[in-house]
Amino acid sequence: MSLDLTPAALEREAPRLMRARPLLTMNNISRSFGDVRALRDVDATVYPGEVMGIVGESGSGKSTLLRMMNLEDTPDTGDYRLRLPDREDGNLFDLTRYQRRMLCARHIGIVYQNPHLGLLMRQSSSGNVAERLLIAGERSFDVLRARAREALDASEFPLERMDARPIELSGGMQQRVQLAKAIALEPALLLLDEPTTGLDVSVQALVLDTLKRLQRDRKITMVLVSHDLGVIRTMADRVMVMRHGQVVEQGLADQIFQDPQHPYTQQLVHAKL
Amino acid sequence: MSLASLTKDWAATSYGFLDASAKRELRRKMLKAIAVPGCQMPYASREVPMARGWGTGGLQVTLTLVNPASTVKVIDQGADDGVNAASIRRFISRVSGAAETWDTLSASIVQSRHRVPEEVMREDQILVLQVPNPEPLRGVEPNMSIARQMHADADYGKLWLTLYEQIVRKGRIMQGAAYPSMVNGRHVMTPSPIPRWDVPKLNMAKHLTFLSAGREKRLFAVPPFTRVEPLVFSDRPYQVEEHAHLTCRRSGLSGYFMNEIPQDNGGSTFEVSDSNLGIKAIQKAEGAPTEIGETWYRDGEYSA
Ligand SMILES: Nc1ncnc2c1ncn2[C@@H]1O[C@H](COP(=O)(O)OP(=O)(O)O)[C@@H](O)[C@H]1O
Ligand SMILES: [Mg+2]
Repeated sequence: MSLDLTPAALEREAPRLMRARPLLTMNNISRSFGDVRALRDVDATVYPGEVMGIVGESGSGKSTLLRMMNLEDTPDTGDYRLRLPDREDGNLFDLTRYQRRMLCARHIGIVYQNPHLGLLMRQSSSGNVAERLLIAGERSFDVLRARAREALDASEFPLERMDARPIELSGGMQQRVQLAKAIALEPALLLLDEPTTGLDVSVQALVLDTLKRLQRDRKITMVLVSHDLGVIRTMADRVMVMRHGQVVEQGLADQIFQDPQHPYTQQLVHAKL
Repeated sequence: MSLASLTKDWAATSYGFLDASAKRELRRKMLKAIAVPGCQMPYASREVPMARGWGTGGLQVTLTLVNPASTVKVIDQGADDGVNAASIRRFISRVSGAAETWDTLSASIVQSRHRVPEEVMREDQILVLQVPNPEPLRGVEPNMSIARQMHADADYGKLWLTLYEQIVRKGRIMQGAAYPSMVNGRHVMTPSPIPRWDVPKLNMAKHLTFLSAGREKRLFAVPPFTRVEPLVFSDRPYQVEEHAHLTCRRSGLSGYFMNEIPQDNGGSTFEVSDSNLGIKAIQKAEGAPTEIGETWYRDGEYSA
């Protein structure tokens, strides 16, 4: 079976996805660092409620793309739109630094592979979550605490340790704090950059279970980056395969895994099997 | 026409010690500071005959403001008679011809280290606070250029977080002095190491306040009738020191901020920290014609 990726074919094969209008649209994203072309003309579309997996070898540009989605970096070319209830449409890269910060705080959550990027290691775990709410203007201590507790609980973090500092916690627990912080404001978009890569296999499975449960219960739209096809396979509805800063193939997860088209994807999938 | 007629007579120093261009720069920065309340303005802190950290920032602002019609009061922790306060006051008077006073009511400029006088200041008075650390974000962001960006974005989440952490760890906010406060709803400032007791006095005050850090080379201002709001959670009200019930052993005053004096027996006695208020109370009790102004606190309750 050969895979047809025209919009018409996708509409036929994925009516659930195509009926909705995209939450996220990125067009023609390119980004160079000196001679390194980290992203070349990347297009991305993410639909509400789905898990979009991004897979590719180390250095293929996955994290760079995710940082763009989190408005931490601006591309050389390209535009980025999010359909949010309280916002008019427009290229998010045109926003000021302040507007970006407020938009991200309110609507986008991110979990980094390296917890040092996402957490204040010497403040309490609950405080790390509360900071999000403080940026959004919450000023009641009791509400901050209740909401931090709720988000940590949803991330299946042991509540008796909610005031422990991340530096005192295991890697898996640190990722749960990052996750709680990311979902505390019920973001429209949850970005996950190799969230389980640094973890032991058994811990990794537990964190992935939490992510799945969250996705099922809250229908959070996720973009999950991983170099690990196994992780992508258990989580993603659709998959983008990246190589050398380009998208070489994308489609429904089942199609990508059962019937990869691009030689690079075939190589990845077969190496894994 | 001779050269002498075009120039001033030789003098050992410029009027007010600082040269005219230094004062011009300071004046510009002071006007800017008034225009953007609570926002720190960098300035080229000059050498004055005093070590950095002893009030050189406040002194430079005072020297820029002072004129022969000024009356200057200088306090150190509320006292006019400390060595440092007395030396600064005499120095200002000597280089400017300004009159000296201990009385808050008759001062036109009050330069202060770590206290706001207890008597309510008027529209025609200026308070100059000496500031050691002007940056309220220093504790949460060691990189000062990032801190400046955070001020520009009103990005105070991390500062709020330190208050949250204090309640989580200690059950209450431990910040004793220099309580971070929002000025005019926009910039967070540190009000210099004044006690929490004094911060409400700056809110919607009739007088102008300058805060100046000589070593850190920054000054900022609270213009008259400007909001100064300590950062507090809506369900954890701002609390001042519990001094309301203490009585001054010398003047008998009570309901004001007190200095604690430890005793050999392990106990403490107290003296009113605004020492000239205490002196005036004693004079009044002895029948001298002394005017005590309205005070911000009455019977320990903030009432202005
Ligand atoms: N800030 C940066 N400065 C210079 N090069 C960078 C920077 N960020 C990423 N790169 C380069 O861009 C390429 C893609 O990196 P990255 O997006 O981190 O890949 P991935 O996450 O897929 O491993 C790499 O060659 C990397 O070295
Ligand atoms: Mg990466």
